[in-house]
Amino acid sequence: MNYFKRRNGKLRLSLTGKEAVWGILFILPFLIGFFGIFLPMIVDSIRFSFSNMDVESTGYVLHKAANNGWEHYLRALTIDPDFNMLLVNSVLSMLVRVPLIIIFSFFAATLLNQKFKGRAVARSVFFLPVILTSGVVFGLENSDLLVRTLSDVNMDSSELENFLNVSRFLMEYTNLPKPIISYLTTAVNGIYDIVVASGVQILIFLAGLQSISPSLYEASSMEGATGWENFWKITFPMISPMILVNSVYTIIDMFTNEANEMMNEIKTTIFSEVKYGFGSAMAWIYFVCIAVILLIAGWLISRKVFYYDER
Amino acid sequence: MKDNIRSKFNMYRIARSLSSVVRAVIIIGICYVILHPLIVKICASFMSESDLYDASVKYISKAPNLTNYKMAIEGMEYWKMLIKTGVFSATISLLQLFSCLLTAYGFARFRFPFKKLLFGCVILTLIVPPQIIMLPLFMKYRFFDIFGIFHAIKGNSINLIDSLVPFYIQSATCMGIRNGLYIYLLRQFFKGMPRELEEAAFVDGSGKLRTFFTIMLPSAIPMMVTVFLFGFVWQWTDSFYSGLFLTKNHVMASVLSNLSANIYSSYEGFGGSMNFISPGFVSMMNNTGTVLMILPLIILYLICQKSFVEGIERSGIVG
Repeated sequence: MNYFKRRNGKLRLSLTGKEAVWGILFILPFLIGFFGIFLPMIVDSIRFSFSNMDVESTGYVLHKAANNGWEHYLRALTIDPDFNMLLVNSVLSMLVRVPLIIIFSFFAATLLNQKFKGRAVARSVFFLPVILTSGVVFGLENSDLLVRTLSDVNMDSSELENFLNVSRFLMEYTNLPKPIISYLTTAVNGIYDIVVASGVQILIFLAGLQSISPSLYEASSMEGATGWENFWKITFPMISPMILVNSVYTIIDMFTNEANEMMNEIKTTIFSEVKYGFGSAMAWIYFVCIAVILLIAGWLISRKVFYYDER
Repeated sequence: MKDNIRSKFNMYRIARSLSSVVRAVIIIGICYVILHPLIVKICASFMSESDLYDASVKYISKAPNLTNYKMAIEGMEYWKMLIKTGVFSATISLLQLFSCLLTAYGFARFRFPFKKLLFGCVILTLIVPPQIIMLPLFMKYRFFDIFGIFHAIKGNSINLIDSLVPFYIQSATCMGIRNGLYIYLLRQFFKGMPRELEEAAFVDGSGKLRTFFTIMLPSAIPMMVTVFLFGFVWQWTDSFYSGLFLTKNHVMASVLSNLSANIYSSYEGFGGSMNFISPGFVSMMNNTGTVLMILPLIILYLICQKSFVEGIERSGIVG
């Protein structure tokens, strides 16, 4: 592209050049934030993870850590007793939860997209978790054991009975293999956590459903397609980009929310135990895990994604 | 023939009413699951400590009273905090909204070099867990300096911890809580707007900035309300950044997390004088505090509800 042109022997901005300048002016706040604050901090964080730090009143001094700087990484992976377990746990619970959240939020969005009485009320209730489960509120709720036992959404004796009943029902009347049954029963049991974690995802799916043109459905119904066929041949492909967006969002949300144990562990290591280098190294190992999982998930899902108009 | 059609029609009607019953049951069920903890919290906030240990008390306290509220309001300095945190969150949220609007419009409508790469950077800020940059963030504002200017003038860098300046800097440069998400949502919205509007304005001699402020912004109001609400709520309940930048109790979130520990000394409770904080008391205070904290949010949400839902619907996110 030509951003410059020559007129009367002088170099001037062309029309595309002017557009580019305006574009950069508009995104200036982000550019300053990213290159002025974000990127230097990322670099700092990497440097911290490879060194030991002494804080003084005027600033801080870094010393290179042992083992060519890899000391903290080695310690996290081979010596620290909790780190590997926490890492594996948070990855596992993410793998269990994400499909459930995606399926549930898609289901809920389809429900909320239909016309029925009291739809406005139902919608505002469904989006309530976006407000109720952020930050300190969520943290307090999770730590509050007394009320968790008081509220019968969580497991108490009658709940345990339900749990067993559901599994027995599934075992007797269906021929599903055992792992699937136990997966389903944990899903039923953890319904509250799933519902609460899917507020934003429902919003995104709903926006996607609304953007599907009704004429597609009209045309296919004319040709005699049933609702089932409509769903798999129209709704599902059209919504597939949103499935990708939502999966990425859910994975990030699961890994970085304030109730995540790994996050708390990193925070206490850095601020309460004052091990700056070690904490940073833990955070980086964790981030690499997230990035790898995101890449794999993104790659797997994006192979199936259908784009209506390629842009 | 006629009867046949009629019976088919009846079947259709029955099937339809059946499915709407099933739908109603499912929706009411899910609403119950969502609202239940809230109801439990509200009920628990009216209880006294003996009610909590009483197995026969489930929802309604035996002697409902407002003692918890009195204590919590006093312990949190509620009214003062409400105004302080409200003004603070609103300012932050407006700042974020403004900078994200500009950035999103830039990404949606202009072509410039490295656009895709830069948008990838926006997503990157969303993906990197805040815990990674937590320490450098703290260090940055503890020893704050721009190109060594302050160091040259005053001899050393400035300490911005315990002031609100870090929050303002962060949100003016799109680095606030989940600002990448806002940029993404707003960009999708601007992309969905017809270009003809701007072209018409341009032909009539309006500049880029004026087009943005007089043509694009008024039609983006529902979306702006949505982003403002997100920003406000997440700032209101945020304990991560407020815990990082503020050591004293400046905002509601930090007050709430220390509430029970702070006012326990003035509590003559169920177990007389214990030297540990009784779990019942912690639970009572947390519940009451949480109710007090989310009450303004719920009121705000109910006011903005219509444009909130509308804004989300109209964003028409595509890939």
